[in-house]
Amino acid sequence: MTNEAIKEFITAHTPEATYDETGEWLNIIVEPNQLKPLAFMLHGKAMQMDFLFCLTCVDYKTHLTMVYHLTSSKNRTINLVLKANVDRTNPEIETVCDIWRTAEFLEREVFEMFGVQFLNHPDLRRLILEDETAIAVDEKKEDVRETKGYWPLRKDFEDPINMIKL
Amino acid sequence: MELNENIAGNPPFPGIIHETPGGGIVVSTFDSVINWARSNSLWPLSFATSCCGIEMMSTASAKYDFSRFGFEVARASPRQADVIIIAGTIVNKMAPVLKRLYDQMADPKYVIAMGACAISGGPFFYNTYSVVKGADHIIPVDVYIPGCPPRPEALLHSLISLQEKIKMGMTRDQIRVEFKGQPQ
Repeated sequence: MTNEAIKEFITAHTPEATYDETGEWLNIIVEPNQLKPLAFMLHGKAMQMDFLFCLTCVDYKTHLTMVYHLTSSKNRTINLVLKANVDRTNPEIETVCDIWRTAEFLEREVFEMFGVQFLNHPDLRRLILEDETAIAVDEKKEDVRETKGYWPLRKDFEDPINMIKL
Repeated sequence: MELNENIAGNPPFPGIIHETPGGGIVVSTFDSVINWARSNSLWPLSFATSCCGIEMMSTASAKYDFSRFGFEVARASPRQADVIIIAGTIVNKMAPVLKRLYDQMADPKYVIAMGACAISGGPFFYNTYSVVKGADHIIPVDVYIPGCPPRPEALLHSLISLQEKIKMGMTRDQIRVEFKGQPQ
């Protein structure tokens, strides 16, 4: 399946999608509310993108970008990158963990590192960092949380207790 | 061994031989005999949090073999271990686990901080939100070994240094009890 055929196929489903072919893989950029239906469609019979091998987020300072890397176990030559820009002050996007179960943990990680809220996620807790109660013990950390949010991988993250600002 | 000569005093057995007709009697103090016995049977805890653990395994295996010095068996339970070798980075989430392991070890217990991460947070990820800047923020450390990771010889040196330290006398906890009353 060529990139042109894939683009045609996706445009038929989501006309607003834009594409970026500068990288190795075809990037598909959609609005956050269009991502879930498109993801569901890609997972379906026609494309069989059944393997979400990477789910992450990028902080571009003006906005956050959710990134989903997809491939198909039926046809490993196809790799697609789904991207959706989300608002930085109130980042929200629909979960995809009912399509790809692996997204459950990956979304928890993105949630704790970037603060993206995944709507309808069954268990949106911190994954790797200490849990909320441990952080809340530290009063200064609590201050940081309340004013800016404790999202370590955001570009403007500050942690006066643990980090020296360079 | 040249190594031992550098470290102050390493009597093979504490005490002096009191010559008597037909042989001799070893005269010693009870404490020094106990310390001698303890220092030659230190069982480490199987505890490694990153790449220093590989060097620790190498030190335990045939080529270096720390059981030659009495570090006989790595125990999987803190209740049976005498020394904990902190081999690797300690992150904030690991800190309470390390504290609990240390608390569960029976006295007397000793701690070796192995490598840059255990000493100061490490050469890579020290300026972050998640790494403890030195294991001595959590538990008292007896011997520090620099290196990233330290070679097995360095770990052996630290283990021998710990033996010397034990033979020399009291541990930090024992000193605290002796001079300041009961530990907190």
